[in-house]
Amino acid sequence: MMELNTQRMEEFKGRYKCSVVFVGSAFLLIIIGLWYFQVIKGSELRRLSENNRIRILENPADRGMLLDRKERIVAQNRPSFEVYLVPEDLKANPEVSAQVGELLGMGENEIKERLQSIKKRPPFKPVKIRSDIDWNELALLETNRVHLPGLIVDVRPKRAYNYGELASHLIGYLGEVDENELKGSKDISYRMGTLIGKYGIEYRWESDLKGVDGGKQIEVDALGREVKPLRSVEPFPGNNVVLTIDLDVQMVAEEAFQDKNGALIALNPKNGRILAMVSKPSFDPALFARNILPEEWRSLVENPFHPLQNKGIQGQYPPGSVFKIITAIAGLESGIITPDTQFNCSGVFPYGNRDFRCYKEGGHGTLSLHRALVESCDVFFYQVGLKVGVDRIAHYANEFGLGRKTGVLLPHEKAGIVPSTSWKKKLMGVPWYSGETVSLSVGQGYLSTTPIQLAMLISAVANGGKLYLPQAVEKVENIYGKTLKEYAPVEMGRVNVSEKTLSFVQEALVGAVNEPHGTGWAAALKGAKVAGKTGTAQVVKMAKDFKKGDTARMPLRFRDHAWFVAYAPSEDPVIAVAVLVEHGGFGGAASAPIAKKVIEKFLSLEAPSTYQMAGSAPGAPEGVKKLETNEQE
Amino acid sequence: MMIDRRLLIHFDWTLLGMTLIIASIGILNLYSITAGEEVSGTPFYLKQILWLFIGLTLMVAIAFVEYRYYLDFAYIVYAVALILLLGVLGYGIMTSGAQRWVRIGGFSFQPSEFVKISFILALARFFQRPPHREGYSLRNLALPFILLFLPMGLILKQPDLGTAIILLLVFFSVLLFVKVRWSSLLTLVFAGAAVLPLLWTFLKEYQKKRIITFFNPDLDPLGAGYHLIQSKIALGSGGIIGKGFMKGTQSKLGFLPEQQTDFIFAALGEEWGLIGALVVVGLYLTLILWGLRIAVNSKDRFGAILAFGVVAMLFWHIFINICMALGLMPVVGIPLPLLSYGGSFLVCTLLGIGILLNVSMRRYLF
Repeated sequence: MMELNTQRMEEFKGRYKCSVVFVGSAFLLIIIGLWYFQVIKGSELRRLSENNRIRILENPADRGMLLDRKERIVAQNRPSFEVYLVPEDLKANPEVSAQVGELLGMGENEIKERLQSIKKRPPFKPVKIRSDIDWNELALLETNRVHLPGLIVDVRPKRAYNYGELASHLIGYLGEVDENELKGSKDISYRMGTLIGKYGIEYRWESDLKGVDGGKQIEVDALGREVKPLRSVEPFPGNNVVLTIDLDVQMVAEEAFQDKNGALIALNPKNGRILAMVSKPSFDPALFARNILPEEWRSLVENPFHPLQNKGIQGQYPPGSVFKIITAIAGLESGIITPDTQFNCSGVFPYGNRDFRCYKEGGHGTLSLHRALVESCDVFFYQVGLKVGVDRIAHYANEFGLGRKTGVLLPHEKAGIVPSTSWKKKLMGVPWYSGETVSLSVGQGYLSTTPIQLAMLISAVANGGKLYLPQAVEKVENIYGKTLKEYAPVEMGRVNVSEKTLSFVQEALVGAVNEPHGTGWAAALKGAKVAGKTGTAQVVKMAKDFKKGDTARMPLRFRDHAWFVAYAPSEDPVIAVAVLVEHGGFGGAASAPIAKKVIEKFLSLEAPSTYQMAGSAPGAPEGVKKLETNEQE
Repeated sequence: MMIDRRLLIHFDWTLLGMTLIIASIGILNLYSITAGEEVSGTPFYLKQILWLFIGLTLMVAIAFVEYRYYLDFAYIVYAVALILLLGVLGYGIMTSGAQRWVRIGGFSFQPSEFVKISFILALARFFQRPPHREGYSLRNLALPFILLFLPMGLILKQPDLGTAIILLLVFFSVLLFVKVRWSSLLTLVFAGAAVLPLLWTFLKEYQKKRIITFFNPDLDPLGAGYHLIQSKIALGSGGIIGKGFMKGTQSKLGFLPEQQTDFIFAALGEEWGLIGALVVVGLYLTLILWGLRIAVNSKDRFGAILAFGVVAMLFWHIFINICMALGLMPVVGIPLPLLSYGGSFLVCTLLGIGILLNVSMRRYLF
C-alpha cells in the first residue's frame, strides 16, 4: 500500500480550478456557435436545406496538348456535348426520361440503367446519359428544353487526336479513374468519372497534362434554375508536352508498314531523342477518350496481334543476326579473332549431334570477319562464338544495354534476356551447353531483345559507343509557351570497346548495305551512305526445316521475324533506326525497305545539304520517289 | 480479490447514469439518421448496441480491479498496444493500403483506439512518482516524449491524423496538470513551433488539402468546402426546436459526409435543434466537470493523473468534433464520444469511463 498523503494531493487544486475555467470557456464557445448557426442564421440555413438548394457544377480543365518536335499539334481538346439527367427532378416528372430517350433514340431501359449505374452519388448530382451527341441531337434537346425539367446539357472538353491512330502507342490513351487510382492518388482533385492517362505519354505525363479542374457551388430555385453562385474556382488548363517525334517521319514510318505487324524505333544517335515510334497493329486512342464500348475493348484485347502492346518497348524477340555485331565485337575485343581471321562455311556446321545450318545453302566458302558481317554468314559466327564463349558474349551484350530496360519514360518496358552460364544455372539449375553458344552467337536461343534496345545498340555503334537514355519528350510548356521542364539528353554510359573495333564494325555495316552480296542492300540510298544489319529471328525450330522457297506456304505464325537496324549518314550519323516485322520472313527483304523510307524522309527534311551534295534531286519528293523505284528493280 | 462492500457504497452511480443517458441518445440518434439507408448486413444502430454491451461489460470489469494494480501492467499494456499498431501497419504495407483494423474472431477493432487508453496508463505510471520541488525538467521528460512519439509516428503512418492529434493534446494536458518547470514549458512551446512544419510533411496530400481548405474553403468548393457548408446547413437548419426524430433531410438525403462519425453532431443538431444540442452539450459538460472532480479528489497521484488523462481525452474529442461540425476547425476525423458510430472508439470511451469509476469509488479508501 502506498503511503497516504493528503497533503500532496493539494497540489492539484490550483490546476483543477484552471481546468474548470478552461473547460467552461470551451463549452461557452460551443454554445455561442450553436446559437449563431441555429438561431441567428437558422432561417437562412433552413431555406438552403429545403430540397437542398446547393448544387455542384464541375468545370473540368482543358488537358494539355501533345505537340511534335516542330510544335505541330498531335493531341488536343474539342468541345463535346453531354446529356445529363437529375434523378431527383425526374421523380416529379417521370415522363421526362422517356421523352429524352425518344429524342436521342435511346430505349427507356437503357436510360434507366444509366441512372442506376452510379451507386454512391450525392443527391441532385446529375447522371450522364449520353456523351458527345451530334448537332442534330443537340438542336432537338435545346428546342425542347423548357418541357424537360431535370435535363442538363453541358459542354465538356474531349480529347481529340489529330492523326487518328498515328503513334497511338507512344501517345497512349485515357480512361476513367478507377478506385485504386483514387485511393492511391496523391492528388485528391480526382473524382469518380475523371479521365486520367492510362497508357503512354498520357499516363506518364498525367500530372503535367491534367491541369486544375474548376467548378462552382450554386444555389438553385425549386425548379433547379440557378439563383446565385456561392463559390467558384476557374479551371486552369494543363501544360503542353512537346514530344521528340517528328510527325513527317512518323507518318512515313507508319505508311511503310502497310498491313504488316511489328515495331519501329527511330532516334537521334547523338542524343537519344526518339524521332518515330511505331507499333503495329495500332489502335485508335479516341475510342478511349469517349469511353470505349465493351465490344471494342474485347476486340482489342482478343486480337492475336496485340494492338494494345507497344512492341517497340514491350515486345521481346530474339535479335537474330543483328546480334552478330555483338559476337564480332566480343571476338575482336577479347583478341580471340582479328579482322584477318578466316573460317570456312560449307553451308552446314555439325556440332554435337546437330547440324547448324547457314541460311545460304552451299555455304559462303572461306571468308574473314568483314565479309562474314556483310553477307551475314551463320557458320562463321558459330565458330567465332564457340571460341569466344558465352560469358564474354554476354558481357558485351550487357555493355550495349541488352538484358536491361533502357529506362525510357514509358510504361511497361521489358528488359529482355541475355543468357550466360550463371543465368542458366540460377534459373534452370543446369549447366550451359556449348551447343547453346552456337545458337547464341547468331542471336537465337534464350536471347531476347526489344526493338528499343536494338535501336540503342545501333546508335552506340553509330556514335562511337555512347549510350543515351531514349527520350520521347523534349519539354513541357505552359499554355503561354513558357518552358517549364526541359529534358536534356542523358548519357547513361559508354561501352568499353576500342575505337578500332567500333570503326571496323561501322565499315562492315556500311558494306552490308552497299557492297555486292550485302544482305541489307534494300536499304541503300543514292544520296547518303547507310550502314545497317539485317536479322532473322527464328520463331520455331521447324522454320529451318522448311526448304528454301517454301516460306510462302508456311503458316504466317510460323514465319520468322525480320529485323533491320541501321543508321545514316555513316560519316556523321543523324538517325538510327531499328525495325522489326513480325513474321516478315527474311530481314533484308521485309524490314530494310521500311528503314530506308524512314531514313530517306528524315535526311530530306533534316540534312538536305548532305543529302543533295551526294547528288540526289534537291529535296524534291518526286526525286526521292524515283530513287526508291530504281532501287527496287 | 474480494469486492469490498464499501466499494458498492461509494460506487459512482451519477457517472454511470450520465454515461448510459448519453449512450442511449447516441443509439437513438444513430437509428434516426441511418434508418432509411439500405445497408447490407446488420444496421448500424444494432451493431452499435452490441458494441455498447461489450463496452459496458469491460467498463465494469475495469472499474472493479483496484486501479493501483494497473501500476505493474501499465508499460506492458502500452507495449502490447504498440505491437498491435505495428502489426496493422505491417499488414497494411503488405496489402498496400491504409490499414487500421485488427481482426480477432468475428470482431475487428482499431488498435489506435486502444492506444489512447494505454498511452494514458503509461503516462500516469510515469508521472505518479512526484517530481523535485521545482517540477519536472526537460531531462526528466525524455521518457514521456518517447512514450508519445512511438505511437504517434505509427499512427501518422496509417494515416490517422485525428488520433495523433488526440495523443498530442492529451500529452500536453497531462504535462500542464503535473508540475513542469516554467523554463521547460517555454522551451517546449518554442520547440513545438519549430517542429510543426516538420509534422506537416508527414501528412498525406488529402489531409493537407483538408486543412488548407478549412482556412480557404473557396479552394475546393466541390470537395471539403462542400462538406463544410453542408454541415453548417444541417446544423443551422435545425433551428431552435429541430426538424424532429427521423426528419433530418440533410442526413437522410446523404448531403452530410461521414454523418455517423465525424458529422454526427450536425445530424443531431438538425433533428433536435438548439434544445437537443444544448442538452447533449450540457451532459458532456457535466461529465467533464464530474471527471475533473474525480481527478482532484483522488487519494494518490496515480489515480489523479489517470483520471485527468481520461477526462482530457474525452474533452478534446468532444470539443474538436463539435467545432468541426460548427466549421470552427478543419475536418480531421475525430469522433464524438458515445455518439459517433464505431465499436472500437465506443469501447475505448467506456474503458476510460471504467477508469474514472474505478478512481472515483476508491476516493475514500486507503
